[in-house]
Amino acid sequence: MSASAEAHSPELQHHFDSMEQQRSASTLGMWAFVAQELMFFGGLFTAYLVYRYLYPIGFELGSAQLDIKLGGFNTAVLLASSFTMAMAVWAAQTGKKKVLLWMLIATLALGAVFLGVKYVEYSAKIEHHLVPGYNFESDSPYAGQIKMFMALYFAMTGMHALHMVVGFGLLLFYIYHAAKGRYTPEYSHPIELFGLYWHFVDIVWIFLFPLLYLLGRA
Amino acid sequence: MSTLITDSSRSNYLNAAYGIKSWLLTKDHKRIALLYLVAVSIFFSVGGLFAALIRLELLTPEGDMVQPDIYNRLFTMHGVIMIFFFLIPAIPAVLGNFILPLMVGAKDLAFPRINLASFYVYVVAGILGVWALINGGVDTGWTFYTPYSSMYSNTQVTLVAMAGFIAGFSSIMTAVNFIVTVHRMRAPGLTWFRMPLMVWALYATSIIIMLATPVLAITLVMLMLDHSLHIGIFDPAQGGDPVLFQHLFWFYSHPAVYIMILPAMGVISELVAAFSRKKVFGYTFVVYSSLSIAFLGFLVWGHHLFVSGQSVYAGAVFSILSMLVAIPSAVKVFNWTATLFQGSVSYQTPMLYALGFIGLFTIGGLTGVFLATMGLDTHVHDTYFVVAHFHYVMVGGTIMGYLGGLHYWWPKISGKLYPEFWAKISALLVFVGFNLTFFPQFIVGYLGMPRRYHAYPPEFQVFNVLSTAGASVLGLGYLLPIIYLTWSMRYGKKAPANPWGAVGLEWETASPPPTFNFDDDPVVEHEAYDYHHRPEEPRVA
Ligand code: HEM
Ligand SMILES: [Cu+2]
Repeated sequence: MSASAEAHSPELQHHFDSMEQQRSASTLGMWAFVAQELMFFGGLFTAYLVYRYLYPIGFELGSAQLDIKLGGFNTAVLLASSFTMAMAVWAAQTGKKKVLLWMLIATLALGAVFLGVKYVEYSAKIEHHLVPGYNFESDSPYAGQIKMFMALYFAMTGMHALHMVVGFGLLLFYIYHAAKGRYTPEYSHPIELFGLYWHFVDIVWIFLFPLLYLLGRA
Repeated sequence: MSTLITDSSRSNYLNAAYGIKSWLLTKDHKRIALLYLVAVSIFFSVGGLFAALIRLELLTPEGDMVQPDIYNRLFTMHGVIMIFFFLIPAIPAVLGNFILPLMVGAKDLAFPRINLASFYVYVVAGILGVWALINGGVDTGWTFYTPYSSMYSNTQVTLVAMAGFIAGFSSIMTAVNFIVTVHRMRAPGLTWFRMPLMVWALYATSIIIMLATPVLAITLVMLMLDHSLHIGIFDPAQGGDPVLFQHLFWFYSHPAVYIMILPAMGVISELVAAFSRKKVFGYTFVVYSSLSIAFLGFLVWGHHLFVSGQSVYAGAVFSILSMLVAIPSAVKVFNWTATLFQGSVSYQTPMLYALGFIGLFTIGGLTGVFLATMGLDTHVHDTYFVVAHFHYVMVGGTIMGYLGGLHYWWPKISGKLYPEFWAKISALLVFVGFNLTFFPQFIVGYLGMPRRYHAYPPEFQVFNVLSTAGASVLGLGYLLPIIYLTWSMRYGKKAPANPWGAVGLEWETASPPPTFNFDDDPVVEHEAYDYHHRPEEPRVA
């Protein structure tokens, strides 16, 4: 691992021998982070599975309270944002700085749409007195079970939305630097790694949507 | 980093820059290790203070010193602080942080900024914890069992859970750093199976931290929601399942006991090799035992739920799996003992701690196997027998390993030798005090004294008096190193690069090391603990 020509890249940190080492270290670090995230959401999914098994009827009734159109729309939005993000990674790797910038901005915009729709959904739940711990009311004989469903709905989508907000903040950072032309084919891995994060957050939603909105719905 | 000293042999990480800012904003893993050392020592002292109060209350059978609700807070804060703020970070974040990059011949950890961030995340968690303490503490026990914690306790459950949640991210950051450093930053020639066993142990620990801690995090999130909004996720009165909480909690917290013990086992491997001047017997077995402990540790959490309403079939499976964990643990103990055999053993302080560890961990581990038998556990669950079991592994194991490692690497860390005489005295005090404190608890627990009560029947008093007496000796044993190690930083004799005549990259650089660890990039040509092929170096210390 001798100092090659690219070792002089201004982005090389002092404790790495080469850009190659730096890149592979950050990539592994990001995968480790994703593994950690997987276990984090895993705890919530476990709780969901246990209660779904215990309370099948309440969960179906709860599911019926969700707006399948808005949920479906948001799924499409996120899938589109995954596409623009993948384009951003490609643009970074091939040195298309303009495309990179616009794709990041598009991803940001789609993320904003997602969060906006989520806001609309949450407001509707507040209006309909469906927020456990705040204003939950139901005269269904399965009220308790529906409440459990709603609690998990808020915990799971809330955690997901929180990850979207973090991603949103990071995107602003990357857009700022992309606008300054910092990312080159030699130094594209920050974008690649952020892409990994963004796709991960999307994939979580890909599981949340059917589990919360679709399952058990006639 | 900002040094301009030309004579590189004189510049080291301690004198490379001065001033408070050069410490608080450092990205040098060695300085961060020292920041952690100060922080965990503070928490150890606070946790110890609670222990002292508990032992004082238990000196007499009557609940005469504190009210029951205060007593509940004492043992809870003791447990929370000792586990989350001392035992879990102690060896990885202090010793591991300092020694891992040196051992693999790297200039630093892979992500120095994340390393510094982990420290501040820990500090924020600590401040929250202390804030909660000032505002009344918690009374749920460190296990936060629901629905008591979520629905009934009106103490600072949310704040303390938040503190635990945040502290968890600090260990995850350290773990990710270690994993990547081990994979990507090893010196040329340092193949996986040439790595020191300490590195293997930290690696296995990091994997556990990475996969288990987030589950605790999300569990604490649910607990916080439950406690602050009374949603009832874990409240049976509202259809919640308290046993689910226990499953989730122990899915983290059983692996967490290996987060605490594996790094100590790594330290012991280093000490046993260095002070017998021999390669650790069955090196590969010891490596695989660390990995299999990490793996099996994830499959046994149910042994904490034998009497919680878990099905007997699940209980039986968890029971057998728990006993399996004893195998890799025993492999280590046998291999250490075999290493001592016909080694040229010397008995400096670190080795005294190592020998203490081997004996005490064996007792702790074996009583773990007793507890893993369902029939026996039904009787001794939540008695002092369990308390004695986990103090044998955590205090007799982890803290012994921590102190042994701290003494062993102290010359490297501080560049000074510690006073051997006082160190031996304190090692002796720790060993005697420890056994006097905790051995009687096995007996009194077996006789039926339950844990977590502030009063007890008079016939148990003799054991409790012994225990409290032992705790005083133990406390003195812990106080001494704080004094003489601090003293030695200023007045100690200057340490050579390799005071123990030990083999390992960390001993090939100066004491204390330069900021980037090695003056010349190291290349590894031998296996770990390659004592046969080296000329015998003198032990100075
Ligand atoms: C050799 C393998 C081990 C086995 C088979 C084992 C088994 C057990 C069992 C069955 C219990 C539950 C007892 C009860 O609550 O009735 C227990 C409790 C405990 N063990 Fe172990 N153990 C082992 C090693 C360790 C180690 C290495 C540590 C820590 C470094 C540890 C720390 C604890 C703690 C903290 C508790 C009590 C938790 C609580 O309820 O507060 N154990 N152990
Ligand atoms: Cu356990």
